[in-house]
Amino acid sequence: MACIEARGLRKAFGATIALDGVNLRVEEGRILGLIGPNGAGKTTALNAILGLTPYQGELRVLGRDPWTEREQLMRDVCFISDVAVLPRWIRVSQVLEYVAGVHPRFDRAKAESFLAKTNIQRGSKVRELSKGMVTQLHLALVMAIDARLLVLDEPTLGLDILYRKQFYDSLLNDYYDRNRTIVVTTHQVEDIQNVLTDVVFIDRGRIVFNCSMEDFESRYVEVMARPEQAAAARALKPMQERQVLGGSVLLFDLIQSQNHVDRQQLAALGEVRTPSIADLFVAVVGNHAGNQGSEQKGAAR
Amino acid sequence: MNTPSSAMDESPLDAREIAPAVLSESRLFYWSVRRELWENRFIYIAPLAAAAVYLFAFLISLIWLPHHKMRALLALDLAQQHEAITQPYDFAAGLFMVTAMIVGVFYSLDALHGERRDRSILFWKSLPVSDVTTVLAKASIPIVILQLLAFVLTVVTQFIMLLLSSAVLRANGMSVANYWAQVSWFQMSLMLFYHLFTVHVLGHAPFYAWFLLVSGWARRAAFLWAFLPPIAIMVVEKIAFNTTYFANMLVDALSGGAEAVPFPGRMPIDPGMQLTPGHFLLSPGLWIGLAVTAAFLFAAVRLRRNREPI
Repeated sequence: MACIEARGLRKAFGATIALDGVNLRVEEGRILGLIGPNGAGKTTALNAILGLTPYQGELRVLGRDPWTEREQLMRDVCFISDVAVLPRWIRVSQVLEYVAGVHPRFDRAKAESFLAKTNIQRGSKVRELSKGMVTQLHLALVMAIDARLLVLDEPTLGLDILYRKQFYDSLLNDYYDRNRTIVVTTHQVEDIQNVLTDVVFIDRGRIVFNCSMEDFESRYVEVMARPEQAAAARALKPMQERQVLGGSVLLFDLIQSQNHVDRQQLAALGEVRTPSIADLFVAVVGNHAGNQGSEQKGAAR
Repeated sequence: MNTPSSAMDESPLDAREIAPAVLSESRLFYWSVRRELWENRFIYIAPLAAAAVYLFAFLISLIWLPHHKMRALLALDLAQQHEAITQPYDFAAGLFMVTAMIVGVFYSLDALHGERRDRSILFWKSLPVSDVTTVLAKASIPIVILQLLAFVLTVVTQFIMLLLSSAVLRANGMSVANYWAQVSWFQMSLMLFYHLFTVHVLGHAPFYAWFLLVSGWARRAAFLWAFLPPIAIMVVEKIAFNTTYFANMLVDALSGGAEAVPFPGRMPIDPGMQLTPGHFLLSPGLWIGLAVTAAFLFAAVRLRRNREPI
């Protein structure tokens, strides 16, 4: 059973179309990054998955309809939707008690042991904690819930690099196993490149790119061409070229390029490496900007 | 309630099978109410403060009881005597009722508004508690919890008043028995309970439900949205038809109609004020009010489900 299965998911706010026929299938045990510009429909898609907003089209999460079965679904799904949603008046001890009271799969001892590694005091109110600590607290709650799907919507917004690194380290080391699925959106793409198993680009309510990270690494290459080789590299029709200090960086799609470019060819032109998700995002979403009708690109799994 | 999907049953090592998948509704309700009391501590602090202030004032008034008051009382006839003695007790009951009403109105108007304003609704909704449970828990605060609190505090306060008065009377060598007979604390408490249940719980439920509905609907100024539309209806009705049916209806509902016991303390000696629970239960106003309450709460549940954080 797929963890998330969406077909023709649509959602409009008045005249604004937030989701324009999204098709998405996320298998269990994946860590999916949902990347998109502001207003692309990321949060709307996640809200639909979490049963926070009604939608048109077909959507099943863990086999349930999120809109009609939210409270049943929430036994198996956790989400952190922003750093600011923990109620500011609540005490750390109270939120532990409350979640233990209402969640059948919450392991309080686990949350306590995670909190013991932080500077968070039991008697503190959320409003007295720093932004980073609030996220740590929320993560402690979520990690102590034995859920099957964890949804993170900009979980590290406004956090410094240490907290961000710690956040994803904890998630991977103490939480993630092959039975759990994680869906994460963030603008700090570089933080999650090595965390993800799959990446999806969403733009103007449509999925414009969907690829596993294994395919990503074998399919897309970036060559840092020496200035004298730049023209030769350009002749191979890269997806995108950008200028950096000391030369040009050209991005190639090894599968879809017309000239059947391969790694050896590119290696002759300069240093070859895996592009960052952010650079590929710019290439893909940039290309699709005027081309909304194009179908989902990327390797089918 | 559904059980977890079959996919989970296939893995015997899964720890989820050990944990119960579903918690009872009553447990979810209990924690939902508890959470409201954590967030809104004024729910019990305000009535407790009222009790403390009132007892303090009463204590001071006792200084005058033995000499001036008792002497003046002896000059009155029996009915007047009774009224003079029970008046502070009635006043205590009234004070807690009014406190509960004020707290209830402010609580209800913020209950579904505050969680959207601070976006914490996203956190509450990330937990397996339904909108129905949440809204019912919030509705139970003004309709049940506050009234129970008013009852307990009134009874306790009145008992303390009785003890204090007795101590003062005895110290001055006056009859305590007569005083106790006049106050008849136990009977007074029963009357109070009846009054609170019929008027403040059943009778006022539609008002609190309306306030909850407005707090779930309004983006801002919930207070205005709660009070201006009813006032507008009254004004329009008065000007257009020169009638006051709507206003009369509200006043009837607020006062509990003719069936209610207006002054619980005076009951014991007034034969005109008999309890008529049968008559009360058969009055259409009660059932219309309860139907309106249910409709408002249903709408509030729908709103909580649909509305996004402000």
